[in-house]
Amino acid sequence: MNIIVCIKQVPDTTEVRLNPETGTLIRDGVPSIINPDDKAGLEAALDMKDAHGAHITVITMGPPQADVALREALAMGADKAILLTDRAFAGADTLATSTTLAAAIRKLDYDLVIAGRQAIDGDTAQVGPQIADHLDLPQVSYVAGLEKKDNSVILKRQFEDSYHMIQVEMPCLITTLSEMNKPRYMRVGGIMDAYNEKVVEKWTLEDIEVDTTKIGLKGSPTKVKKSFTKGSKPAGEKHEVSPQEAGKLIALKLKEKYVI
Amino acid sequence: MNLKDYSGVTVFCEQRENVISNVSYELIGKGRRIADEIGVKVTAVLLGNNIESECDKLVHFGADEVIYVDDKALELYTTEAYTQALTTVLEETKPEIVLIGATSIGRDLGPRVSSRLNTGLTADCTSLEVGEEKELLMTRPAFGGNIMATIICPDHRPQMSTVRPGVMTMLEEDTSRDGSIRRVDVKFTDAISRVKILEVVKEEKVEANIIEANILVSGGRGVGSKENFDTLHDVADILGGTISASRAVIDSGWFDHSRQVGQTGTTVRPDVYMACGISGAIQHVAGMEESDYIIAINKDAEAPIFDIADFGVVGDVNKVLPHLIEELKTMIK
Repeated sequence: MNIIVCIKQVPDTTEVRLNPETGTLIRDGVPSIINPDDKAGLEAALDMKDAHGAHITVITMGPPQADVALREALAMGADKAILLTDRAFAGADTLATSTTLAAAIRKLDYDLVIAGRQAIDGDTAQVGPQIADHLDLPQVSYVAGLEKKDNSVILKRQFEDSYHMIQVEMPCLITTLSEMNKPRYMRVGGIMDAYNEKVVEKWTLEDIEVDTTKIGLKGSPTKVKKSFTKGSKPAGEKHEVSPQEAGKLIALKLKEKYVI
Repeated sequence: MNLKDYSGVTVFCEQRENVISNVSYELIGKGRRIADEIGVKVTAVLLGNNIESECDKLVHFGADEVIYVDDKALELYTTEAYTQALTTVLEETKPEIVLIGATSIGRDLGPRVSSRLNTGLTADCTSLEVGEEKELLMTRPAFGGNIMATIICPDHRPQMSTVRPGVMTMLEEDTSRDGSIRRVDVKFTDAISRVKILEVVKEEKVEANIIEANILVSGGRGVGSKENFDTLHDVADILGGTISASRAVIDSGWFDHSRQVGQTGTTVRPDVYMACGISGAIQHVAGMEESDYIIAINKDAEAPIFDIADFGVVGDVNKVLPHLIEELKTMIK
C-alpha cells in the first residue's frame, strides 16, 4: 500500500506576538514546525504502516528550508521525501498550489493521499480538497479516525454537532484533524538515518508535467490586494491592586455597564 | 472568460436535517447588501431531500430567487453529490459572486467547487465589500489572526468566498417579500457512490453556544485546573453569562471544542468578555477583540491581553474572583 502525505512547514503561530507600539508582527525567533494537522496525518499513515505495512512518501511544496520538515518526517518513519521547489511555484494561492502538488502526485503510485485539514498560517483548508478534485479522487475531510478495511478505508468524519462513519474505496484523499492522534517523536536512530541514509528528492518544474499558466503567482486566480495588521487600539485602564480591591473594581465596572 | 457573462450574487444555503443553518440567512443578508450595491439579484441555492417547503423562508430573509435541488442523494452531506449539484446550478446561472458558510461542510464543498469551476476561493472571510470596479473585496485573517488580508479575484468568475458564521447579520424576516422558486434536476454521475455513509452519530455533548452569549466569562491556562473553573461558573451564573475558554484549556481536555474562542475556535463579540488568566496570544485575540467591552484579569502585568483590554486588573484570577463574587452578591441583595 502506498500512502502520500502532504505536509507544510509553517511558523509556529502560537509563538508570534504583535509589537503593541507599531502593530507589526514580531517574526524573529519564531520556530518553524510541521503543520499540526499534517503531522497528525503523517502519524495516521505511520500507524497504518505499523499495522498493515505501507510505503510512505511525504511531499511538500516550499522553499529549500522546508527540507528540515521533510527530514523530521523521515526521522519519524516516512520512507521517501519530495521537496517541490522552484521559483515558478512561488506566490501561489490555494488553487495554484493544489495544481502543482497534484501534478507531482500524478508521478507517484498511491492508494491513499493524506493532507492536514488546514495550515495554521493560512487556515484555508482548501488545498487538500482541491488536490482531490484535480486527481478526481473521492475526498473526506475533517477526519478524526482512520481504519483500513480490505481495499477501502473507514473514516470518522467530524462535523460541528455529529460525526459520520464513512467507507471510501481507495484510492482516495483524506484531510486529517490534529485531534485524531498524538504524533510520535523522532527516533534518535531515525534522525541519523534521515540525514545520513535517506534522501530528500528535489523536484523542480522540469520534473512534473503541469500547465504553467496555472501555477505560481501568475497562475493564481486570487490576488492579495493589500494586507494590514489591525493596529492596536489604545490600551485601557490597568490596575495593580490587592485581590480584594480588584474584585471590587471589576464589580463596580460591571455595574457601570449595567451587567448587574 | 468574459467577465460580463457573469451576474448576480448566489448564496449556498446549508441545511442539516432539513433545518437551514443560521449562517445561510446571514449570508443572504450580506448578499442582499452587496447585490443592491452592484445592482443585481440574490439567488439562494438549497440542496437536500424533501426541502421544497423551506424555500419560502429564504425569500423572506432577502433572496430574490431560490433554486433548489431535491434528491435522495442530497439528504446527507457528501462532497461529490453536493459538488455536482452546486456546480450544475452555478454553470447554468453564472453568478459573479458565490458565498458559502465557512462551516465543516462549506469548507469541504467550497474548494472542490472552486477547483471544478477553475476559479479562486477565499477562505473564512470576516468582511466583504464592493470595490470601485464592482469587484468583491474579501478580507480575512491570516497568520493566526495577526494579519488581515484583502483578497480579490480579478480575472476569474465567479468570485467565491467562504464566510465565518456569526460575523454577518441577517435581515429581519419579512413574510410579505416575494421571490421566485425554481427546482433544478441534476443528473449525478457514478462518482457519487465512491463514498458510503455507514452511520450517523449525533453527539450527545451539550454544545455551548458561545456565539450567542452576551456575556462570556472566559478562562485560560492561568485558571490552573478544571476544578478552579467552578469559580468562573459562579461568576457566569451571577451575571447570566456563559463559560468559554482559550485553546490551552481546550487542549487540556477541560472543555470540548465548542467553547473555544479564537482563530481555530469560534469568533465571538459579546457585550462583555471577561478574560480570566488568559495571556492574550494572538490567535485568541483574533476571536474576541471585537467584543464591546473587555475585562482582563492576569497575574502577569506584561501579558498582551492588557493591550486590548478596556479594563484590566493585575492579579491571580483564583484570588480575585472570590472577592468579585462577594461584591456581586452584595450588589444584588
